[in-house]
Amino acid sequence: MVTVSSVVCPVCGCLCDDLEVEIENGRIIAVRNACSVGEAKFLNYWKHRNKPMVRKNGELIEVSIDEAIRKAAEILAEAKYPILYGWSSTTCEAIKVGLELAEELGGVIDNTATVCHGPSLLAIQDVGYPGFTLGQSRHRFDLVIYWGSNPWSAHFRDLDRYSAFSEGRFQISAWRRAFAKVYARIAAKKMNAASKRTAAKYAVSPPFGSELVDTLLREDRKLVVVDVRRTATAFKADYFLQVKPNKDFELLQAFRVLVKDGELDVDEVAGVPVELMEEVVDVMINCRVGVLYFGVGLTMSKGKIRNIEAAINLTKELNARTKFHILPMRGHYNVTGANVVFAWTTGFPYAVDFSHGYPYYNPGETSVVDILCRGETDASLVIASDPVANFPKKAVKEMVSNPLIAIDPAPTPTTLMADVVIPAAYAGIEAPGTAYRMDHVPISLRKVVEPPPGCIPDEVIVKRILNEVRRLRRG
Amino acid sequence: MVGIKVKLVTGRSLYQGTYKEKGKTSDEYIRVVSECQMDPEDMRKLGIREGEPVRVKTAYGSVVLRAVKTPEGPHPGVIFIPYGPWANVVVNPETHGTGMPSYKGVDAEVEPAPGEKVLDLVELLKSTYRRQ
Repeated sequence: MVTVSSVVCPVCGCLCDDLEVEIENGRIIAVRNACSVGEAKFLNYWKHRNKPMVRKNGELIEVSIDEAIRKAAEILAEAKYPILYGWSSTTCEAIKVGLELAEELGGVIDNTATVCHGPSLLAIQDVGYPGFTLGQSRHRFDLVIYWGSNPWSAHFRDLDRYSAFSEGRFQISAWRRAFAKVYARIAAKKMNAASKRTAAKYAVSPPFGSELVDTLLREDRKLVVVDVRRTATAFKADYFLQVKPNKDFELLQAFRVLVKDGELDVDEVAGVPVELMEEVVDVMINCRVGVLYFGVGLTMSKGKIRNIEAAINLTKELNARTKFHILPMRGHYNVTGANVVFAWTTGFPYAVDFSHGYPYYNPGETSVVDILCRGETDASLVIASDPVANFPKKAVKEMVSNPLIAIDPAPTPTTLMADVVIPAAYAGIEAPGTAYRMDHVPISLRKVVEPPPGCIPDEVIVKRILNEVRRLRRG
Repeated sequence: MVGIKVKLVTGRSLYQGTYKEKGKTSDEYIRVVSECQMDPEDMRKLGIREGEPVRVKTAYGSVVLRAVKTPEGPHPGVIFIPYGPWANVVVNPETHGTGMPSYKGVDAEVEPAPGEKVLDLVELLKSTYRRQ
């Protein structure tokens, strides 16, 4: 049995890099430090695997990997306006080759940010944002706000490693805080008794005031949650604000009024009592460093990009009173990397259209869901993603009515509906590479076990498709 | 059948996230993403119990799901379906020029669907997209 430490977890945007896995006979048998989702991935990745398959007479038939790649290249080479979608659960190296393929094909390349934090990227392009790295969050921030985000379900260890319950240089963890309080009380009693004795003996004022004790007893690090449902995260919050669905924009703007010392002539905004809002604004203004983590609760509901703009503007205005940061909670482990690689290669973070011969970007027009809903595409390649399980029905109907190529290690609704299925090695478990954490810190993914025979890394698959397409097109 | 008007919210749940890693064709995943989390008050109004089928209708489609009592209530007037093929049938594909469909806060109607079956994955894909 071999134990490998410092393994990076390829699941969510937190990219936890402190996992320990135990390997026996080339298979992972135990994982330590991972959340339930990460553990499920490491312990189950080998159970269900795809085989290279091509649809013949309506049935998916197993073929050789070479044939599957050749078939995929033929479909793409013949297509006039193919879409290449996914890219967020694979390595930056594969994404780079994917962009080359999109350029060669004159198609559209888009990553899952388009149905995740796309509106956040648009808002950030409009108004900018004061970012930070998660280390700062861990060590310094004494106010954590989750808005439209439920880390207890989606970024489990964000709470534990980087925010409300983490232990930092200047912030003790919630668990230790409870013990520290008890010790502080005992210490306070002893010091008071000692200072009284000193004062009585030498007739001077006590050397210790109450300040030190106050510092030790202060409630550090508050957690505020704003959500439409009382989520598991909300149960642990110091303040929970239950906002009505689609009313986040109103609530954010009302907060901006209060931060600017304005007054609200109503009893409640978006279902939240103004008294509670005023209490929370006091906490926001009086914190030393605060952070607003926002999730897809803001990007997917009414207002979309405007919600994010309001949230960023609220952060800006809070910065006039104290120090405040904001960060989108990214879902897939390398969706940030996909945005970064797209941006450094083409200038745009997602929804890039190469049909003009140069990169063209106009979300709403060049984003995959819009292209599919308008019925403009004639073939799709999906890599490391599952749009059949995540796109609205209208978009999926269009996607599956045209040739569909799926590159995925495991069976998903998308591979069930595909015409060509190419099995890949799991990036971060069976293949190395680079991924970007949600705060834009690049982290190297490790290869801990060998992939099953016939499974090759995404990068190699895309490269082989690209070479084949070039051969077919240029002869 | 009399239904009630609600706001539909779709999203990630801890079990949806965990079971998707166990396999997207696994029984656990399919069970978790074909449920409709409802406020107990709304369930009382409709006269349905835990595990009974309900039909969720929006302007974009309708689907039969298993009603379950929400673990994250109270949220009367709001229903929650975890992301997955079932939720896709009823969400709003309109992106409002951002590329982002409306997965949360969709106007919907819920009604009891006695005797109707919650489709399994292959049946659902077949009936919705006529393939596989």
